[in-house]
Amino acid sequence: MKKPPVELRDITFAYGAGELRRVVLREVDLSIAPGEIVLLTGPSGSGKTTLLTLIGALRAMQQGTARVLGQELAGASEAERVRLRRRIGFIFQNHNLLGFLTARQNVAMSMELDGGMTEAQRLRRAGEMLDAVGLSGHAEKPPAQLSGGQRQRVAVARALAGDPGLILADEPTAALDKVSGQEVVHLLRDLARGRGVPILLVTHDPRILDIADRIVAMEDGRIVQAETATAG
Amino acid sequence: MNEIAALPKLLPWAPERNGGAPPETPAAAKPSPGLADLVLLPLRLAWRQLRAEKSRLLAAMAGVMFACVLVFMQLGFRGALFDSATNLLGAMRADIFLVHPMTDASFRPEPLPRARAFQALADPDVEIAVPIYLSQSTWRNPETGRRRAVQLIGLDAGAGAVTFPGLEGIAEALKRPDTVAFDSRSRPEFGPIGQLFAERGAFDVQLGTRRVELVGIVEIGPSFGADGNVVMSETNFQRITQRAASNTDLVALKLREGADPAAVRGRLRALLPGDVEIMTHAELVAHERAYWENGTPIGFIFVFGSLMGLVVGMVIVYQILFSDIASHIAEYATLKAMGYSNFYLTRVVMGSAMILAVIGFIPGFGLSWFLYDLVGKATFLPLHMQPERALTVFLMIFSMCAIAGIFAVRKLRDANPADMF
Ligand SMILES: Nc1ncnc2c1ncn2[C@@H]1O[C@H](COP(=O)(O)OP(=O)(O)OP(=O)(O)O)[C@@H](O)[C@H]1O
Ligand SMILES: [Mg+2]
Repeated sequence: MKKPPVELRDITFAYGAGELRRVVLREVDLSIAPGEIVLLTGPSGSGKTTLLTLIGALRAMQQGTARVLGQELAGASEAERVRLRRRIGFIFQNHNLLGFLTARQNVAMSMELDGGMTEAQRLRRAGEMLDAVGLSGHAEKPPAQLSGGQRQRVAVARALAGDPGLILADEPTAALDKVSGQEVVHLLRDLARGRGVPILLVTHDPRILDIADRIVAMEDGRIVQAETATAG
Repeated sequence: MNEIAALPKLLPWAPERNGGAPPETPAAAKPSPGLADLVLLPLRLAWRQLRAEKSRLLAAMAGVMFACVLVFMQLGFRGALFDSATNLLGAMRADIFLVHPMTDASFRPEPLPRARAFQALADPDVEIAVPIYLSQSTWRNPETGRRRAVQLIGLDAGAGAVTFPGLEGIAEALKRPDTVAFDSRSRPEFGPIGQLFAERGAFDVQLGTRRVELVGIVEIGPSFGADGNVVMSETNFQRITQRAASNTDLVALKLREGADPAAVRGRLRALLPGDVEIMTHAELVAHERAYWENGTPIGFIFVFGSLMGLVVGMVIVYQILFSDIASHIAEYATLKAMGYSNFYLTRVVMGSAMILAVIGFIPGFGLSWFLYDLVGKATFLPLHMQPERALTVFLMIFSMCAIAGIFAVRKLRDANPADMF
């Protein structure tokens, strides 16, 4: 049995200090199994994004232990966190593509920190990823010439191109209409499943709950319920 | 309904191909990039970012170019003025010179007793001693009739202690009363004297209040203190200036063949009183140049001008780099989330700065070269594009951009990947 890619124990996190200190995560335990797709839901302000940024090594931990892709995050140095981020694929609410690069170059950016690849390999791989998300004819276009759904698909291709061990997504469909939102998450699910990459996806969108293996709900900084999805 | 069939085609890693077993995912750490990639990839990213915003790029180029041209012109003028400041002394060649210790510049010499020249002859190695008289008068342009201040140089041309380009052939002619030789490199306001002399030979000109005969042409060049030069014999100098012969301004010594100038100098120092200083030709020229460089604010003016150009250029480059980061802050934060380190992004910003330095310097260099030519012709200043100067200016521009980059890099701290969600 492989080790779980994400294993959180007793995570407590607060913003601010002194009188302004506000605890937003309380004793959170969460594990994600290899290849598992977990959806995180809950009311606004319940701490979902904060949890995601902790797992993604974008914030320094405060209390508890978190093992992500074999890296212990409690007490990890900035350099260790930067290195871990290279092995995680992020998908944001906004696509956050670099406007001055083409779709292909944007996808290739996720591989430029990988010394094992040549420029030609990176571009070929980026092209394959764009084919995989159904953007074969759009590889040389800048983001400004793509629709919102297409841009988010480029972001999916970028998140997956670097062979990540984990995908973290925060409301990837929030800026999209129903149809393109569903297209994007289904693509994401299919690609991740095919490669055995686990996904932790924060969403408010009830229309995409069907992609989940498991749905975790948060409320006021705590995990209140975890249900195993039957859809799939 | 969420079957893979929804995809445009089967992917290489689709579960259908390998029976549903997830392939080994290489989630382990990857080899880090080579040195070339660590330098060139950020540079390429910087260039792509700069290139995307044409008007901003042009503004940055113009800013660097402006700084570049300004510095080139300032340094050019500075060099040209200091070079020409010493034209007169530079053209006068002799083994050793005696000057009054209080003489700072040749246009304002402190007189020394003429007797020092003959005292110097007491040294067995000093063969000839020639007193040189310096004064100013006016020259009437033979074509327009306008008068202009001119430098007079009186010396015994036939003695052979001092050589000017062109002086040798006319030494005999200068011995006649009321004859002079004119410096053909003087400013054109004195009239086309060289050309007139070549056409009609000797002719009469007015120097001060006297009519004198122009019998030859020498080459010296205008300097700070003098727009033009007239050379004549000692006797003629005294007739024209009405000056007593007991004091002179400079003494040129010619040494015997094989004499050691350093030894002669030491002996002369012991022999002569404290009202003379003993200098070689190079020292005399350096002394004059030092006066203009250090004794006047002229040097400072040009340094100040260059600095202003660099400061303005730096502010422009900083503004451009800063707004480039500020308008791409979300992208920079995304890159940080993707695992790009602060140092990597710093290299991108510094790469932009370096690119701006190079693409601003090249047209700036070309334009400065053109302006050197243009302005040099208009002002008769020796403005030349020298390789060392080009290198100096490039290093200045490069540092200017680097400093702007270092300031702009601080803006990168605002790119916080945790804010991206
Ligand atoms: N950078 C921050 N500094 C201080 N407080 C913050 C910061 N980010 C979030 N918070 C607070 O922490 C709490 C949890 O925020 P978080 O963004 O994790 O919630 P969320 O579950 O993602 O909400 P949403 O569904 O609206 O995105 C909120 O009350 C929020 O105001
Ligand atoms: Mg949120």
